Amino acid sequence: MADEKLLQVENLVLHFATTQGPVQAVDGVDFELDYNKAVVILGESGCGKSSLAKAMLRLLPRNVKTYTGVVKLGGRDVMTLGEEDFRQNVRWVSMSLVPQAAMNALNPVIRVGEQVAEPAMVHLGMKKDEALQLALKMFQHVGVPADFITRYPFELSGGMRQRVAIAMSLVTSPSLIVLDEPTSALDLLTQANIFNVLKRIKKELGTSFILITHDIATSSELADQVAVMYAGQIVETADADKFFPKPLHPYSQKLMASVPRLRANQDPEFITGQPPSLVNLPVGCRFAARCPVRFEKCDQDPPMVKKDGRKVRCWKYA
Amino acid sequence: MADKKAKQKVEIAVREVGEAVLLSIQDLRVWFELRRFGFGVVGHVRAVDGVNFDLMKGEAIAVVGESGCGKTSLMKTILGLYRPTEGHVVFEQKNLSEMGRRGLQWYRGQVGYIQQDPFGALPPFMAVRRILEEPLIIGGVKSKAEREQRIRKVMEEVKLFPVDDYLEKFPHMLSGGQQQRVVIARAMILEPKLIVADEPVSMLDASVRVEILRLLRGLQASHNLSFIYITHDLSTVRYFSERIFVMYAGKVVEKSPIELLLKNPAHPYSLALLTATSDPDANNARSYKEVPPGEPPSLVKPPAGCRFHPRCARMIKGECDVNEPPEFEVEPNHQVACWLYK
Repeated sequence: MADEKLLQVENLVLHFATTQGPVQAVDGVDFELDYNKAVVILGESGCGKSSLAKAMLRLLPRNVKTYTGVVKLGGRDVMTLGEEDFRQNVRWVSMSLVPQAAMNALNPVIRVGEQVAEPAMVHLGMKKDEALQLALKMFQHVGVPADFITRYPFELSGGMRQRVAIAMSLVTSPSLIVLDEPTSALDLLTQANIFNVLKRIKKELGTSFILITHDIATSSELADQVAVMYAGQIVETADADKFFPKPLHPYSQKLMASVPRLRANQDPEFITGQPPSLVNLPVGCRFAARCPVRFEKCDQDPPMVKKDGRKVRCWKYA
Repeated sequence: MADKKAKQKVEIAVREVGEAVLLSIQDLRVWFELRRFGFGVVGHVRAVDGVNFDLMKGEAIAVVGESGCGKTSLMKTILGLYRPTEGHVVFEQKNLSEMGRRGLQWYRGQVGYIQQDPFGALPPFMAVRRILEEPLIIGGVKSKAEREQRIRKVMEEVKLFPVDDYLEKFPHMLSGGQQQRVVIARAMILEPKLIVADEPVSMLDASVRVEILRLLRGLQASHNLSFIYITHDLSTVRYFSERIFVMYAGKVVEKSPIELLLKNPAHPYSLALLTATSDPDANNARSYKEVPPGEPPSLVKPPAGCRFHPRCARMIKGECDVNEPPEFEVEPNHQVACWLYK
């Protein structure tokens, strides 16, 4: 198992049908993830990062046009599984999701303990008492006091609700948890607390994470690997140790330069222009229109170039 | 909402302020009544509880604090939307609570407000021209030609050009950054002296955020505006303002020039906020962050003494949990409400 990857995503495509034409939200995404590691999918709004999360868990809306590719989880291609098979054996069992604004997604009329216990009852066939015991254990892992188990969501603060949502994703002990903007609506100190919780879970339970976010600074709290997404594609993947000091793709570089720093006296920059519409994508490199170093070749589709252990979709390195 | 308490309140005389002060907040308290079954007051939510500061003409300050610390109530009181329970808001040596209807209308033209969520702040059924024209009509600009000219001028100032491309657009046709520019244009159009910005960039993408911050800073400098920037994000503060106020549970716990606070935070809560702010650095993933335990207190029954003491690692028993700390001066212009600096 040592050299086997937990997750391999190959050429994942998810297009939605709209009246204006297909929205190419996820357009040929490849990445890998090792056991007990965390990958951050970085991107701005509208780059397709939340669609990627949905595509991986097969939580699809009705207007899907194309949905193809390979998602290998522990060596098994889960894309070929039937809907029922996927629901029973993959979703929540080996891969779970903390959706965006999860703290507001809790059912207001059910006690939080029962909500956390429910996946264990449904997917692991536990009795209610057993599942509640398990929920209590999960509460310990995420730092929610035990007596909160009989409370309703409105009695908890935002940070506590977010912890409950994480506990719910943990209860079936999946090997992979997808977190979609887990801290974007939370206060600074609460954010730091949630990342402490995630780090601890990773260390103690050996869970892997896919962290989907637009916040580069806080993403570094959990990242082992980074994948930068732009206009439906991954434009760079690298180890965090290499990425944060020196991103390669011009978009990653610009994005990094736009982060205001607390500890370094460095004026942030901004990226001129706007990302392309996912309905009407430009030919060639999708970042070319905003790129400071574009040249003739950029009119053609750039290849994914391998460069000292990282991959970057840019002609500059070809 | 909160003026029932006026009966028993002791009138505090308005402190005289000099000409250089644009806005003076004096011992301001904003309490909201808690009622049981709709009548019978059972307590107060002390959203703002004794805040003092002077804002100079042309000065930019930042108010930093977490949700529920009272920063929004403070802002709304400054905007004249809430009435102070106690204390005074003094603008250009005129007391806000003594202004009549006319006076308040004038005041609202002097103060611009930039909302947090641009899409929520713009009426979806109005085109940009109409959105910007509305304040001018209310502000009493009668000539249509003058209104049109001022709309065009302010749109150029916020860099929404070519202007004609945007005038007829509705908010949903604009990107988040452009929407926020319209909100800024609306706040600027009556040529106010003070702008209050409530988390103006928190809903925007990283790449756009800096652009908007720079725009605001440019406007502030070119119009010699006073600015109150309300945020929870310490990393953007230094690009924007000269002084910073840290708020916790309805009180300002530290007032400092920005560089001093970043280098040498005096209050344990300010230090906790700084520690919790991340810079992009791969080493972050290898260590845990130090976070004070617990959560901010209830504003109905705040703890006795220093309001931060139940979470504070450096709490002095018998002092912090009994007596409320006054402001101590750590160094010139740097005040902190903490017994450690007695």
